[in-house]
Amino acid sequence: MSKHKISFSRRQFLATTALGAAAAATGSVAMPTVLRAQGAPVKLGVLHPVTGALSYSGQQGRLGATMAIEEINAVGGIKELGKIDAVLGDAQSTPEGGTAEVEKMNSAGVACIVGGYASNICLATTQAAARYELPYVVDVGVADGIVTRGLKNTFRFGPGFGVISKTALANLTTINDQAGKPAKTVMIVHEDSLFGSGLAKLLNAQLPQQGFEILETIPHPTPTRDFNNVVLKIKAQNPDIVIPANYYNEYVLLARTMQQQQVKPKGIYSVLGGAASSYKFVKEFPDAARYIMDCNHWFDPRNEKAQALKKKVEGKDQFFTYEVYMNYSCVYLIADALQRAGSADRAKLTAALASSTFSGHLMPYGPTKFINGQNEGAAPVNTQVLDNDIKVVLPSAFANAKPLFPRPA
Amino acid sequence: MKALIPTVVVLAVLAGVPLVVHSNVTLNFLVVALMIALAGQGWNILGGYGGQYSFGHAAFFGTGAYVTAILQVRYGINAWVGFAGSIAAGAALGAVLGALTFRSGLRGSYFALVTLAFAEVLRIIASVAPITGAGVGTLIKLDLGVRTLQFQSRAAFYWVILALVGISLVTAQLIERSRFGVWLIAVRENEDAAKALGVNANGVKLVAMVISAAITAAAGCFYAQYFLFVDSGIAYGTWISIQALLTPIIGGVGTVFGPLLGALVVKSLGEAAKLLAGDAPGLDLIIYGAVLVLVIWFAPRGLIGGLAHARKLLVRRAGPTASSTGEARHG
Amino acid sequence: MLSPVILIPAILNGLLIGAIYALVALGLTLIYGVLHIINFAHGALLSAALFAAFFAFRLLGLDPYVAVFLLAPIFFALGYVLQRFLIGPASHGDDRNMLLVTLGIAVIIENALLYAFRADTRTIDVPYAFQTIDIGSTFLAVPRVVGFVAAFAVALALWLMMTFTDTGRAIRAVAKEKLGAELAGIDVAHIYAVTFGLGSACVAIAACLLIPTYYVNPSVGDAFVLIAFTIVVLGGMGSVPGALIGALLIGVVESLSGLFLGESLGQIGIFLIFIVVLLVRPSGLFGARA
Repeated sequence: MSKHKISFSRRQFLATTALGAAAAATGSVAMPTVLRAQGAPVKLGVLHPVTGALSYSGQQGRLGATMAIEEINAVGGIKELGKIDAVLGDAQSTPEGGTAEVEKMNSAGVACIVGGYASNICLATTQAAARYELPYVVDVGVADGIVTRGLKNTFRFGPGFGVISKTALANLTTINDQAGKPAKTVMIVHEDSLFGSGLAKLLNAQLPQQGFEILETIPHPTPTRDFNNVVLKIKAQNPDIVIPANYYNEYVLLARTMQQQQVKPKGIYSVLGGAASSYKFVKEFPDAARYIMDCNHWFDPRNEKAQALKKKVEGKDQFFTYEVYMNYSCVYLIADALQRAGSADRAKLTAALASSTFSGHLMPYGPTKFINGQNEGAAPVNTQVLDNDIKVVLPSAFANAKPLFPRPA
Repeated sequence: MKALIPTVVVLAVLAGVPLVVHSNVTLNFLVVALMIALAGQGWNILGGYGGQYSFGHAAFFGTGAYVTAILQVRYGINAWVGFAGSIAAGAALGAVLGALTFRSGLRGSYFALVTLAFAEVLRIIASVAPITGAGVGTLIKLDLGVRTLQFQSRAAFYWVILALVGISLVTAQLIERSRFGVWLIAVRENEDAAKALGVNANGVKLVAMVISAAITAAAGCFYAQYFLFVDSGIAYGTWISIQALLTPIIGGVGTVFGPLLGALVVKSLGEAAKLLAGDAPGLDLIIYGAVLVLVIWFAPRGLIGGLAHARKLLVRRAGPTASSTGEARHG
Repeated sequence: MLSPVILIPAILNGLLIGAIYALVALGLTLIYGVLHIINFAHGALLSAALFAAFFAFRLLGLDPYVAVFLLAPIFFALGYVLQRFLIGPASHGDDRNMLLVTLGIAVIIENALLYAFRADTRTIDVPYAFQTIDIGSTFLAVPRVVGFVAAFAVALALWLMMTFTDTGRAIRAVAKEKLGAELAGIDVAHIYAVTFGLGSACVAIAACLLIPTYYVNPSVGDAFVLIAFTIVVLGGMGSVPGALIGALLIGVVESLSGLFLGESLGQIGIFLIFIVVLLVRPSGLFGARA
């Protein structure tokens, strides 16, 4: 496990100003705001909440982005533009923290910023970047508000929760229909901040339209210390399907408590379930994880680059989580746009991103197509934990297993 | 009025900053620091001068932020009217909280924790109530213009927050020199003795709370205008309660400039720590915490107290100064 | 919702989780009662203790129920040293400063954990983690029941120590009248440190009892801090029985209001009870009248 994060900005700075190993050993103190030498590499802002409540996801996001940058630089960088210089920023899990970093990155002359992770951070950071017409690629942040404010600089590679809930519902209906419609009743357990509440609202509107009856919608805070009462309610009302939408820790607690109380609905169908499509969860709690389904961000399992990256990440003793491959894909997207733009000029880069039809990413989205900043092809995918592994079950074009529903007794 | 000269000078100097400094990084930093200073000055009126340590000033900050956001987004009300509404709401909340807590005779740590509990109650309600957007929060539409109190240039925001801070400085100054201030300080030093001397302790504390709440609510309203997004964690989270009490204590409680100085120092410390620590997550905060502890160790009466102490040593004046920082007060 | 099938398990759950809160609050009430400060570092210490319990399991193979006998003394020593050589001197005896110093320490501890161990959530898997006791309508998790018994045991031990031992008497003396105790020859700085040490030891015990059914990461302790403070003030500062009863009460209130109002809004129950009790009885349930 690497404890010492390689500081790209510092390394490149030292190399280009030829201070060499001595300076590197002593560790430079000054921030590289000094004007650079001519022929400077392209600067890319990499902004994630690496401290604070979201630090795990932030660190995974940073990992994915920096791995992509490393790879690109290893083959000489971007054609005609040279290597990418990563300017790392810590959003400290707050919008103010993120905004301050955007200011610094803008000052440092970045061509583009990638990241943000959390919706509330992204809302603030994209806005701050918009002041400088600085292109910003959102890695995850699912709130619809991120791309509906008319900001020309904002691009979101992944899906928003409007698309996610629609897809989740369509797939749930498909799975249920294929099994002979054994499920009718549903209970939703969601975390009560932006993504959970937003998703729950949409599900509440759309589920009845597909013939499902919602017995109860249970919001809970993050963190929640104990799920026994929630599970009590589930047990008492006995829904056919439980739909969780929350972060990793709460998801695990909920699943473990359900296992403990021997609550076994016909299916656990998560939408953006925090642990439902997490290798860590499957590895550490195989019994609680078995048969759980998720509609979440996932890589294209047939994509060889994705498999290669997975091996590389696991070789570093990290889990291959969605933050990693989404950021990785975003960086490649930006690199492609830079190449097509032929320059690090922000306006040209923004135009290149807007007209991008990039397929070199790892996600099952098809070539990118941005309309009002949203990548139209972006969609979540359905997974299920089968044979102690996470398999894609829908859409069938990318699937490597068939959904198993209802859950075997 | 001669006493207002330092305040005027400080404000004038600060007002000139954007004319010289054009870096948006710095301006953004200063804007946030001033906003924290404003929230801290609010706390200072009640805690510094009044000796009533509140751990829940987020209640006022958040109310200020939400009221203006909701008025604009749900009712289409003008941002300036929203601003006035925020301050009024904050003051009203202060009055209610004050009436409840002071009448029960809550003091010291009990008072502190009750305020914390109130802030938490508000946070929880805000996270589920439809009017605040519940978990999704409230997003104010980006619409630059004076009418909507949203500005393209950071300098404009800077001057707005500076003006608010200026008003709070003058307020603190006026309180210091008024009879009300004398009563308030008397209550802080020894509430029972003050009561015995005929001071209406509860009334005085209540007024202080209302002023305190109004000022902090203004800071919250500014946050909403600057970041355009409010949710329950941002509005009522403990982060702002802690900042609001940290900055006056570091800068010097019960002094006019304490919160301002404290805010600038604390935020600068955060930045300096980041520079030193580089990109390793958490290292900068370790440095920040360590320096905090060291500052308390070696400047226990806050920086202004420390400066006064240093000045005393330099000038070698005999006799005690009327320092407004004192020893431990149990409640 | 009012059917006994749901109500009774909810109340029992509340008692069981309340017991964990009690263990966290017991330490805090001593620190609060004697040092008269709100110890902001308590949550961070809990996080640190959870990490300690985790590594005791992973590296030394010690089951948490065994590790507790190792970690409690270690954390006692840690707390003693922290108070004696850092918090005490740094705060110059001022309440307000102690508050800030513990705040600074909390930031240091939490971020040191983050820096050293990253933010990954860690869990341990002990064989009894999923064992349950079937009491008809519900299953009670074995680790939680053990925690419940432990809370009473620790509370009893503390109470006995406070009432019958010289150290306990000294602590009570210092809590009541510091100057008088000092004049009577009690080494106040030492007693302060012992108290902080005891508080930290309680946190270590809480961690060992919590870890089988919970998880570990650098900010995990934060979730318990507010509740612990609430319980301490509710029960009366410095009162061991107050912390225990208050914790169980809060646990039940949390559980029932979660049941009726939903998990999110239900959290309000804790704070409303707290506010109401304080407005009516400002010194808390078992606190001495001011």
